[in-house]
This record gives sequence, C-alpha cells and structure tokens, in this order.
Amino acid sequence: MNRVLIAEDLYLLRDGLVHLLQAHGFTVVAAVESGPELLKGLIELRPDVSIVDVRLPPTFTDEGLQAALAARKQVPGLPILVLSQHVEQLYARELLADGSGAIGYLLKDRVFNAEQFIDAVHRVAEGGTAMDPEVIAKLLASNARHEPLAALTPREREVLEAMAEGRSNAAISQRHYLSESAVAKHTAGIFAKLGLAPSDDDNRRVLAVLAYLNSR
Amino acid sequence: MRRYGQAAVLLALILVEVPAIVASFTMLVLAFGIGVVPLLPLQVRLVRRLAEHTRGLVGEWTGDRIDSPYLPKPLPPQRQADGMYRSNRTLYKSPRVPAWNDRWKWLVTDPATWRDCVWLLLDPVVKLALLPMFLLLPDRGLRLYSLWSELTLAATAASRLAGQVNHLQRVRNLAVDTQAAEMRRIERDLHDGTQARLVAIGMTLGAVEQLVDTDPAAAKALLAKAREASSETLTELRTVIRGIHPPVLAERGLGDAVRALAIDSPLRASVDVDLAHRPEPPVEAAAYFAVSELLSNAARHGGAATATIDISSNGPDLRISVTDDGMGGADPSKGTGLMGIERRLAAFDGVLALSSPPGGPTTVTMSMPRVLPQHWAGSLPKLPRWKAAVVAALWLTSWCPLFPQGIVAGIFKVFGLDEKSWFLALYLPEPWQWPVILFMITLGSAMYLTAVLLPACHNKERWLAEATPRRLWFNR
Repeated sequence: MNRVLIAEDLYLLRDGLVHLLQAHGFTVVAAVESGPELLKGLIELRPDVSIVDVRLPPTFTDEGLQAALAARKQVPGLPILVLSQHVEQLYARELLADGSGAIGYLLKDRVFNAEQFIDAVHRVAEGGTAMDPEVIAKLLASNARHEPLAALTPREREVLEAMAEGRSNAAISQRHYLSESAVAKHTAGIFAKLGLAPSDDDNRRVLAVLAYLNSR
Repeated sequence: MRRYGQAAVLLALILVEVPAIVASFTMLVLAFGIGVVPLLPLQVRLVRRLAEHTRGLVGEWTGDRIDSPYLPKPLPPQRQADGMYRSNRTLYKSPRVPAWNDRWKWLVTDPATWRDCVWLLLDPVVKLALLPMFLLLPDRGLRLYSLWSELTLAATAASRLAGQVNHLQRVRNLAVDTQAAEMRRIERDLHDGTQARLVAIGMTLGAVEQLVDTDPAAAKALLAKAREASSETLTELRTVIRGIHPPVLAERGLGDAVRALAIDSPLRASVDVDLAHRPEPPVEAAAYFAVSELLSNAARHGGAATATIDISSNGPDLRISVTDDGMGGADPSKGTGLMGIERRLAAFDGVLALSSPPGGPTTVTMSMPRVLPQHWAGSLPKLPRWKAAVVAALWLTSWCPLFPQGIVAGIFKVFGLDEKSWFLALYLPEPWQWPVILFMITLGSAMYLTAVLLPACHNKERWLAEATPRRLWFNR
C-alpha cells in the first residue's frame, strides 16, 4: 500500500514531496511533470496513491484535474490526492461525483504540516477522503441559510466539519478533546437532523455527508 | 388636406426663422466682434432648438428620421480625491473654468453648429422657392423639402465618426482610470497584507537563528509560528489573486467560473451558459466580475434566496442576465457596485439595463456588442447561392483555359513541337494560333480573378456595413 506517483511541475516542490514521502516509508514509482505523462502513469502503473497538482503543463490550466478524472473513469476508485494553490467547490464536486471515495483535495500549503499531510495521504490510499478544511468551510458557508444545517448545535457543526474533511471518529475525538462515544453520539444526531441513513462505515458516512451538502 | 396643413406650418415657421436670423446674426457679431462671448451659447441653443424642431417635424411627416449631427456634450469635470478638478489631463481648482472651456470648445469646434447657421439662413429662401410646389403638389413639395433638410440637417459621415472618436476617447479614459484604480487596490492589498506578513516571518526566522543554539525549545515554537504565518500569507495572497484574475476563470473559462461563483454563493443560483467558444480573456474577466458583483449585491442588499444567471450569445454579442428574487428597488445611483460594473463594461461598449421594481424581482441584463468572434454566430459573410455557385464553377473550370489551352499550348508553340494533343489553338490556321492562345490565358486569368474578387467584394461590403457606427452617442 505504498507505491506513490507524484505529478508536480515545480521542481522544488516535486523534489520536496518525493523526499517527504520517502521519509515516511512510501516508494515513489514515478514523479512526472505534465498532464499526458500523468495520465499514462496513472493508467499503466496503477499506483496505490497519486499526488497530483491541478495546474500542469502543457496548457497550465486544469490539466492535472482532468487527467485524474479521466483515469478514475477508466479505473474506478483509483486513489488520488489532488493538490492546488486554490480550492474550488466546483472541482471538489467533480472529484466526488463518482461517489467511489479514495479521493483527496487539499491546498498546497497543507504540505507544510507533514504529519497531517501524510495522514491524509494514508487516508486516501485506504479508500477514504481528505477534503481541505477550506472547501468544507465554503461548503458550509454557502449552505448556512438552509434549514437542517441551521438547526445543528455549534458542537455538531464542528463535528460535521471534521467529518466532512474525511476524518474518522477517533481522529475527531482527538482533535476536539471528546470521547469517542460522544463523537458517535454527535454524528448520530447530525445524521438524524439531516435525514441521512446512519452508517458505521467511515468512508460511506463521509461521502453521504458530502453528497448531502453538495446537493443543496 | 393634411399635406396642405403641414406645408402651412413649415411656411409659418418662416415667421420664427427670420427674427432668429436677425437675432443670431447680432449675437454672433457681438460675440466675435467685441468679445461678448457668453452670447455664443445662447445663439447656438436658439439655432439648435429650431433645427431640432424641424428635424422632428420632417421626420414625423415623411417617415425619414433625421439624426442629430451634434457632438456629445462634454461631461462635467470630476472632483478628484485631492479636491482638484480634472479635465482631460489638466487639473483645475474650480470646476467652472474647465466646464466653460469644454463647453466653448464643444460649441465652436462642432461643424454642425455652423451647418445649422447656413441652414437657418437659407431655409426661408428654400421654403419660398418651394411655395408653388406646396400649392400644386404638396406631397412632392414636402418630399423635396425633406431632401433639403436631409442635406443640411442630417448627421454626416464625418459627424458620425467624430461622435465615435469622442465616444472612444471617453471610453478609453474610463478604461485607463478603472485600470489604474485596480492597480492601486492591488498595490494596497499587497503592501498592507502580504508584504507586512513576509516581513514578520523574516523577523521570526531571524529570532529563530539567534535562539536555535541557546534555547532550542523556544526556537521550535517560533518556527511553528513562522509556518502558521506563511500559511496565513498564502491565504491572503489567494484572495488578492482572486481579485486580479480568479484561477478558475483562467483554468476553465467563463462558464465554469460562473458556475463556481454560483456554488460559492449563499444564494441558490442556477446557471445556464450557452457559448460555443470561450470569449477573449478581458471580456471573460469583465463578465465574471460583473456577475460576481451582482450575486453578492443580491445576497447582501436584496435579501434574495435564489438567482438565475443566463449567459448566451446573440450573434456576435454576449448577453448576460442575472435575475434574483430579492426585494427589488435597486438604484444604480446609490451604490458604487452597479456603476463599477457599468464602467467595466464601457470598455467593451457594453451596456447594462436594470429592472428592479420595489418588491422584486430584480433583473440585470448586460450586453457586450461584438465581443465574440464572428464565426460563432454562423454569420460568416454568406454569399448568395447563385454567387457561390458561380465561384465554385469558376474554381472548377478556370484551370482549363489558363494552363492546357493557354500557357502549355503557348510553350508548345514557342518550342515548335509537333505534338498537338488536345490544345485547341494548335489545330487552328497559323495566324489564329497566337491570338487564341493569348485569349485563353486572359480568359483563364480573368476567371480566377473573378473567383477571388466575388467573395472578397462581398466581404468588403459586409465589413463596411459592420464598421459603420450604430450607436453614436454615449449618454443618450
């Protein structure tokens, strides 16, 4: 579970990512710098997880995102973590649209915090999701006026935010200094208020929440 | 009977025109002779009113609208932040001097002012000369009089172009000002935000350097702080970048950028984009910021819950409409938002129409004329079918006279080859051979030339028709 592909056009950042991932026990099977190379690598190498920059040569538009989407169409559920200088809900929706999980979408600055970044990479590799807190914040902000969300308590909101980022109950309890059973209680409350079917599976649960938020 | 009445009105106008001639002659003499300059505007106003009146009457009676030829009125000088008034590129302390200068220049340099004077002087004479016609054939008489009015009162090509130049100059000034203001805003953002934060990070790192040997724990804490600060700087920089040119616009174009806006907006916004290709980047940016401003206005001031954004092309024109279900009553003169959008659009000759009755809904329709490539509209200058058929036939056949029957036969003849093949000329009696060869070459060339010129001429007519200004006056 540790073969990783990196697609990043800036040499310094690519090199930094390679070192960071190698230091944490990953094997970098390829480090590419353009869209076509990336798509070829994703399809042929089937890495356990790929770290992909949105903006890549030759067009310097959303080459990386397009390659990631195309690859996941051919290989459903191929784990990909997308990095970008800016996050857009539009892109997050496109990445989540197939509902198969194993997807991440983070700001590039999240790499600064190596520990959390590696955690996100592991999560995506294991089929989970890793959404940037900024995406979630925007998602909640644009939904702020809608009924069921407005009915959540502040604590439930915090838990919902953390859950939407893709964190497990254990991680949420650690971050917000809650017991795991309290987190479970809150999540059950959230699911009841949003009218979603409760689920014990972390990944299914996250996808359900994101799908709910995105459908508004 | 009606025609007689109309002719009578025209003739009665002579009674106004003659005193007007006397008055205006006196005023002109006083104004230019002994320098009573304030009389000139009065004189011009008088003459213009008469001329406008006649234009209106003739237009109404004969159905031929006569456009005013006057240059647009100069804008009043704008008060600047430093309290000075700017007129073009000069600064004044009070608005009166530049306003008077502009007005004077506007009146004296407008050729229409002097054409009006000539018209006024000759009009009574013409009317009297037409008197027999008015009596015998009032229809014909009015027709002739409308021709005369058209000749002296209508907008000439020169005045249209002058109006256009004036308009362009104003729009250019506006665009330059808008851009400069944008630059200043960006500079301020970078200076107050990003730059200051980077300085702070640099200082923190300097402190870390000093502490790292003596107090590693404190150094570590400072490093964490520096990392946090760099994260914040990046966040701020992203906001600045969004204000300059949103990345999603660069990456995906107008359609998806507006969709992204709609998703981010607290409104439930539906987006309908119907564009075959991406417009030019500056057009995209102007359209994007306009929609962005309208959406945030709707959410902030209008109390709207849903919005509909519709982007489509109408021929080469780009049309954008934004409708929200807010409380309406939007007033462009109150906020700077709508004016800002208008200024942005003005650089592309775009216009904004607002419909916002109290109680809503508010609809803003923006239109940017001719910003999309022509071929989008499927309106590539299309030849009429017979012309297209002729061009095709010419391209298919003109090689035959030119090459085999003309040039190649000529070469055969020059070198005296015996082979006649199917070259018509070589089968003819000797004296006819050269004339026929030359005729064939001329015929072939002429056919090629026609095949090229036919569509070219058509495009040219088309091009001229498009180049003639349609909307002349900026503020009318």
